[in-house]
Amino acid sequence: MSAAQIAPPRPFRQRHWRLAAFGRDWAAVAAALLLLTIGGMAVLAPLIGAYDPYEANNLLRFAPPGAPGHSLGTDQQGRDMLARLVWGGRVSLLVGVVPTVLASIIGLGLGILAGYARGIVDQIIMRVLDVLFAFPMVLLAIAVAGVLTPGVGTEIVSITIVLIPYVGRLARTATLSVVTMPYIEAARAAGGSPLAILLRYVLPNVLSPIVVYATTLMGLMIVVGSGLSFLGLGVQPPVADWGAMVADGRVVLRRAPHVTVLPGVVILAVSLAFNFLGDGLRDALDPRTGRR
Amino acid sequence: MTGPSMSGGDIALDVRNLRTRFGPQHGGVIAVDGVSLTLRRGRTTALVGESGSGKSVTALSIMGLIEPPGRVIDGTVLLDGRDLRTASDREMEAIRGARIGMVFQDPLTSLNPALTIGSQIAETILAHEPVSAAAAHARAVTLLEHVGVADAAARAQDYPHHFSGGMRQRVLIAAAIACRPGIIIADEPTTALDVTVQAKILRLLHDLQQEMHASLLLITHDLGVVASMADDVLVMYAGRVLEHADVDTLFHAPKHPYTRALLGCIAGIEDDRTAPLQPIEGLPPDLRNPPPGCRFAPRCVHAVAACTAAVPALQTIADGHSVACFRAMEALGDD
Amino acid sequence: MTETLLTVAGLSKSFRARGTGLFRRPVRAVSDVSFTLQRGETLGLVGESGCGKSTLARLVLNLIPPDSGHVTIGGDAFTRAGREAQRRLRRRMQIVFQDALSSLNPRMTVGVNIAEPLRLQGIGNAAERREAAHGLLERVGLRVQDAERYPHEFSGGQCQRIAIARALILKPDIVVFDEAVSALDVSIRAQILRLVLDLQQQLGLSYIFISHDLGVVKRVSDRIAVMYLGRIVEIGPADELVRGPLHPYAEALLRAIPIADPRRMRVRDLGLAEGEAASPMNPPDGCAFHQRCTRQLAICASDIPAVHHVSPGRSTACFLHASPAASRQAAD
Repeated sequence: MSAAQIAPPRPFRQRHWRLAAFGRDWAAVAAALLLLTIGGMAVLAPLIGAYDPYEANNLLRFAPPGAPGHSLGTDQQGRDMLARLVWGGRVSLLVGVVPTVLASIIGLGLGILAGYARGIVDQIIMRVLDVLFAFPMVLLAIAVAGVLTPGVGTEIVSITIVLIPYVGRLARTATLSVVTMPYIEAARAAGGSPLAILLRYVLPNVLSPIVVYATTLMGLMIVVGSGLSFLGLGVQPPVADWGAMVADGRVVLRRAPHVTVLPGVVILAVSLAFNFLGDGLRDALDPRTGRR
Repeated sequence: MTGPSMSGGDIALDVRNLRTRFGPQHGGVIAVDGVSLTLRRGRTTALVGESGSGKSVTALSIMGLIEPPGRVIDGTVLLDGRDLRTASDREMEAIRGARIGMVFQDPLTSLNPALTIGSQIAETILAHEPVSAAAAHARAVTLLEHVGVADAAARAQDYPHHFSGGMRQRVLIAAAIACRPGIIIADEPTTALDVTVQAKILRLLHDLQQEMHASLLLITHDLGVVASMADDVLVMYAGRVLEHADVDTLFHAPKHPYTRALLGCIAGIEDDRTAPLQPIEGLPPDLRNPPPGCRFAPRCVHAVAACTAAVPALQTIADGHSVACFRAMEALGDD
Repeated sequence: MTETLLTVAGLSKSFRARGTGLFRRPVRAVSDVSFTLQRGETLGLVGESGCGKSTLARLVLNLIPPDSGHVTIGGDAFTRAGREAQRRLRRRMQIVFQDALSSLNPRMTVGVNIAEPLRLQGIGNAAERREAAHGLLERVGLRVQDAERYPHEFSGGQCQRIAIARALILKPDIVVFDEAVSALDVSIRAQILRLVLDLQQQLGLSYIFISHDLGVVKRVSDRIAVMYLGRIVEIGPADELVRGPLHPYAEALLRAIPIADPRRMRVRDLGLAEGEAASPMNPPDGCAFHQRCTRQLAICASDIPAVHHVSPGRSTACFLHASPAASRQAAD
């Protein structure tokens, strides 16, 4: 024990978050910075920007990007594009992030329960999820949004419901492969209760694929949310998320392409950023990668 | 570096100074580092070593089956005076199966699950010989009978998953000998099998080799298998051959400290609990960063300063016996 | 003076075969297995793939429930004990698996992995558990600093040392080794076997050592049990069993093992057992080995031989060694 005396042992570290590995992935770092910037701007929208996103100015319609006072130009009603993008981000990011987080929590719970309990519990959970799964994603969202009144809340609920089976299935599959690992058997042989094994062995090993998947889904859900807005099932005018902005702009596409292109580019950049972030997280969350 | 002259049998395959690298020129791994071996007709040569010793890579290098980023970077592989390293892919395809038959460790992944085993053997024959499909199939059935598959005509219609592990290995052997190759390379052919099945497969390989007067290159980690099958033995460690001898010398008068230590590690059924087990301390070297000099030196109880200063060459110390150790001629005591 | 630490009596286990439909046959993985383990003793359990030895290990450790039979540890019923009693009895018997790396939680450091049984049992505080883990790391030949690293950073042999440390942290009386050295290279295997034997001497442990490799089993065991198709066909002192096996299957197994000495055995000397092992899905009537047996009697095809006591410490389930009374009994 001489080594222990020289340097008193530190507490065991549980390095689930390994920032060093993440930091080496420049694409993931760039993606994270981009998302933080856009997210920060959306949150702080009321404090930044000189313009009200809903304030029309008929004298200044179709100003191109770079116009004095309007760095990204104005739309067909003369509204400031930058302000509209920042405010639109509040809705788009909300619709991308909140349902994904909710669905991940619910789906993870259901999936782990099904995979760990097996038997009749598994059968019931999975058949219900299969029914949801059988509907095309957008159709289901349309149905939910159609039953409830259109709006952000409805959009969040419908996207959450759509996502639960996707996450649930992944969580169940991951759980099934984890429970057959010898380290689970070793924990049982050591007298671990089912709950302790669930929390200390199954959950940490199932969590990282879910986190990675959820991150990727966030990008996709911004696109889906935009699609719902495009169909008129999401937020209602004059509030506009990025999807609604694309939809509004398409009638004037030839005259003022920036009205459509700018929100389109933002959607693309944000969903790509979520994908890069997911890849970076996958490496950072797994102790088996990055070091050695 | 001349290989030991061996009495009996003419040369079927002569491998000189084979070197195989994985990865880039700098920072890559030299998995096979200057291996020379000679296969003679009617004889069995065993290549024995632990995992990572390079024994399987040696076989793949001989067959021209090293996939990029791996590459054979030096040496010659002479088959009837022809260097296989200069042969084209098409020429190698004609040689593999027809001139050199191969048997692998895992008989299930080596067989196509979607084809009947009869047609898989027939395919090998059709690839190398101008015979009709019917003739090839008939020969496949004869081959299956030959390797001890009962009711061969019916079983030729079955798929690989219908066969047990031992039977699948028989099927692979049948495919390997279908064109009566002069050389059979068997890479851990019985490692995945139960011991009672292993005995039968070893016997089958031995009988076929004798009957065809072929040379058998047997790659294994199991010293029991080596002792029962081999005529000549090469002991590999970290990519290099450390000792080469006939089987009796290797087991009864080994000179290299690694060979001697390896023999001390086996748990034989005659040994009881009171006999001391003599493990080799330490771990095999990391080939990305190999130790200087003799690669066994860090684990060797007899190592001296010279061992880490230079690489000991494989030197012939008696007829058919060569050792790569600076202290091979000294009487090293058992420790 | 011997003390019976573990009693296994009449353990049986069937699984439902894979596949669907009403006519799924149960597969008998373990049939009516009984044995005892004395303090300080090593019982070797040898058999080929599919003989049920790993299922037996899980039954003995109560990781799966038996269909019938029971396990007693030091006089306390283990199999059907209440949850709390069972949890406490688990401290007395631990297991080491074949695949050492997958037997360690990849998301926990080595130190946490080793200390984990203490935590699951609610023993000690964090500092005490860490202390215990550090002590065991050194005991199994690793360094205290290794506690901070993750399992994937270690080689197979080192992972097995870690798994052994974890198995010992509850200070068990019994350790079950399930093919624990089978995946290791010869030189590393010898290191682990020596460690296992040293630990037994130092700590007075009892072992159940399961392997398909009779050479390894012989090397570490006092007694050996040979399994075939879910049953123990012979059990006896290691030396006696290896020198003169009673059951024809044990004999066939022994004769098939190549000896690492070319002067004593060449390939032509290897014994070739008849046929292939019967499938547990569709076991033959009577003795499971009778179709492959060179010395079968008429009764072998119809009756299952009971375990007969042949000489002190030696038993076999074979009619060749049955006393007349016993064979009559079996024929009834």
